[in-house]
Amino acid sequence: MDFTLNGKARTYSGDPDRPLLWVLREDEALTGTKYGCGVAACGACTVLIDGTPTRSCATPASAVAGTKVTTIEGLNGKVGEAVRTAWRELDVVQCGWCQSGQMLTATAFLTETPAPTEAEITAAMDNNLCRCATYQRIKTAVARAADIAKG
Amino acid sequence: MKNMTLRDSANLAERFAKPSRRMFLSVTALSAAGFLIGCDSKPTTPAATGPAEAFDAAMNWFVRVGSDNTVTVLNKHIEFGQGTATGLSTLVAEEMDADWSQIRVEHAPADASKYGNTILGGAQGTGGSTAMADSYQKMRVAGAGARAMLIAAAAKRFGVDAGTLAIEKGVVRTADGSKKATFGELAADAAKIAPPAVETLKFKDAANYTYVGKSFARLDSPGKTDGSAVFGYDYRPKDAVTALIARPPKFGGTVKSFDDSAAKKLPGTVAVVQVPQGVAVLAKDMWAAIKAREALKVEWDFAKAETRGSAEMMADYKKLASGAGVSARKEGDAAAAMKGAKKKLSADFEFPFLAHAPLEALNCTVVLTADSCEMWFGSQFPSLDQPTAAAIAGLKPEQVKIHTLYAGGSFGRRATPTADLAAEAVGVAKAWGGKAPVKLVHTREDDIKGGYYRPMVLHRMAAGLDAQGVPVAWTNRIVTQSIMEGTPFLPAGQIDFTAIEGSADLPYVFANMDVDVHLPKSAVPVLWWRSVGHTHTAFATEVFLDEVAKAAGKDPLEFRRTLLAKHPRHLGVLNLAAEKAGWGTPMEKGRARGIAVHESFSSFVAHVAEITVKPDRSFTVDRVVCAVDCGIAVNPDVIVAQMEGGIGYGLSAALHEAITLTKGEVDQSNFTDYTILRASEMPKVEVHIVPSTEKPTGVGEPGLPPIAPAVANAIFAATGKSVRKLPMGTKVPA
Repeated sequence: MDFTLNGKARTYSGDPDRPLLWVLREDEALTGTKYGCGVAACGACTVLIDGTPTRSCATPASAVAGTKVTTIEGLNGKVGEAVRTAWRELDVVQCGWCQSGQMLTATAFLTETPAPTEAEITAAMDNNLCRCATYQRIKTAVARAADIAKG
Repeated sequence: MKNMTLRDSANLAERFAKPSRRMFLSVTALSAAGFLIGCDSKPTTPAATGPAEAFDAAMNWFVRVGSDNTVTVLNKHIEFGQGTATGLSTLVAEEMDADWSQIRVEHAPADASKYGNTILGGAQGTGGSTAMADSYQKMRVAGAGARAMLIAAAAKRFGVDAGTLAIEKGVVRTADGSKKATFGELAADAAKIAPPAVETLKFKDAANYTYVGKSFARLDSPGKTDGSAVFGYDYRPKDAVTALIARPPKFGGTVKSFDDSAAKKLPGTVAVVQVPQGVAVLAKDMWAAIKAREALKVEWDFAKAETRGSAEMMADYKKLASGAGVSARKEGDAAAAMKGAKKKLSADFEFPFLAHAPLEALNCTVVLTADSCEMWFGSQFPSLDQPTAAAIAGLKPEQVKIHTLYAGGSFGRRATPTADLAAEAVGVAKAWGGKAPVKLVHTREDDIKGGYYRPMVLHRMAAGLDAQGVPVAWTNRIVTQSIMEGTPFLPAGQIDFTAIEGSADLPYVFANMDVDVHLPKSAVPVLWWRSVGHTHTAFATEVFLDEVAKAAGKDPLEFRRTLLAKHPRHLGVLNLAAEKAGWGTPMEKGRARGIAVHESFSSFVAHVAEITVKPDRSFTVDRVVCAVDCGIAVNPDVIVAQMEGGIGYGLSAALHEAITLTKGEVDQSNFTDYTILRASEMPKVEVHIVPSTEKPTGVGEPGLPPIAPAVANAIFAATGKSVRKLPMGTKVPA
């Protein structure tokens, strides 16, 4: 099974049911994608599959055949960089475990919605849990990233 | 730790950092490339800091200056989001006049002789919001000492008097600027300088601070925003096997027998071994381990297990509450005063078990050999983890090497008196024979169902007012499992202070008071959970106080002001939060404010919560105005972040969280049924820091206790109904 990971061609030949999350973390040593719940309930494992934010813990490896997967390590481009800049400017992180998923979710959202309202931001980020409750800064950072990306 | 309690620690924090103590600087050459500097804090009397012997050989190495011009702070505390890495480094950078860009931070190794926490009696560990209080003077000494040595090295090289040299952004220069050298250029020479006596060190005047009191970038922010930060769960040595433990579904259960034939047939299974905690599967990777554990069949023995449900346990607590417990505070004659009171109020407040649920589930990687044990994990309490691992491995503590990695939250869970995580990991490695590195992990289900909860609690409150509406009696009976009994943290014969903190030391003055406590036992393991006893005492006392204020015909803010006349720091935050929130100004229909104030871990916090109640009784918490007094604000943005986090974590529990048991089995399993706060439920938080010259105290926990009562008091203001059971849900009481 072939797929593209952060711009590089990859092949996977293991158990097709094995969640993408563990392929990324264990086979590819890309540990920026985090395990939080294993049941697609928290969003810590969010990656982009062809630009769509996807829960890698509940995505079988077989499902990514022929797709482009982006993880936090490969997050770049205008919007992705704006998100990272905003996250650092506002010192959003506390423990940091959920933040890769937050940032990828934010990137996909801002790509679709470059000038979001506050309510749209809250709705877009509402399924990514943060146990440290950095939500206020996450919401502010998404708005800030939109401004940065606009240039 | 012996003869030491966290309650005493508040007093110790008070005493800490006074000039009476002797501190010795020492230095060691570091492969001719730089030097380490630290301070040995030696108390003048053993009573001031716990066992004196812990300090006899102490040489606390905190700062490493490299020839590559980096200044590395060795953080004796784990960084799990609370900002300690940044906070402690701030103090070093300040006293050294380093450039922020050259500052690095690393977790210190497990070595209590160097990295002990004075407030925890010399044990190496993080907890009780003590990191800043314990480290403030130590880090200043380390920074000022390093500075003095760099200056001395430069003076020698330049042939000038040390007094004429200045440091700016990590560059030492002569007065006329003709000669300059970076820290890196001076490091090797500075390592040869005799360390100065602490008494000779000059600390910077606060007026000249570059870093302290300013807000600037967290040191852990870059690595946590590009995926490069290494957490415990991320660490996986080559050839490591992943281990999961099948645990009994009822606490206190044990393995009767097990059938691993199906599990062993799976291609990824490496081994199955019995351990004290249950049955462990070892597999080639996480997915294989999950499959192997699913295939395992275990028969459990529940003879010693807790078989009650949480509802039955609460019913038992209520029965206990009908009789007097162990007295924790007595003023006057509350019973007589209550009899003579004109108006009487009473209320039961119920609190559920709570899971910490740090987003990174627990994990620990072990490499075990015949004469060594090396561990990689988020060790919150190396002084417990190291000897526990050693005992299980059959080694000496010094043969156990701990590498502390970032942890994705803890909120108390990673520090257990039993060192449960280290014990599990080393136990599995030992049982298997140490054939390869063992990566022991918990799934979210293991975490939610795994115990070590904030205990379930019942508070039975009563108060009496005289004919003039003056409160003359206050009683508070607490029923809860003890966290501290049987641990090294509690001296024999002392009441578990974590059960009564915030209630027994209530700042409000009543002529007649009784606070007593029952500590029933259960096999459900319980643990400190962010702000510990204050999680429930602040709620019971602050919510009931609003009921008493109403009975007295007083505004909640005015009522508190009257009762807190002798508590200036409580009053300071109370008044600041009230002023910034516009307390007393009219609000739109359906909206209301509530206020609460609480001291915990020697910091003072007041919140004003604003809520909106809709006609269907659903409510939202719209805004929280917070005032905090934590002494000198070393890094204000970290303080603000911790207040935001404490408010969100506390609100999460107040609205949603409960672990319940049915016939001894935990009903919840994951974030699907153990619900936590979401982005849409996070109020707008506004934090105001009280300017202070008092010694800095912690901020990781103190933001939490007043949030739930502030919200409940807003509900009381809006509806006249008091919230007496948590979680309160998202609708106001009918």
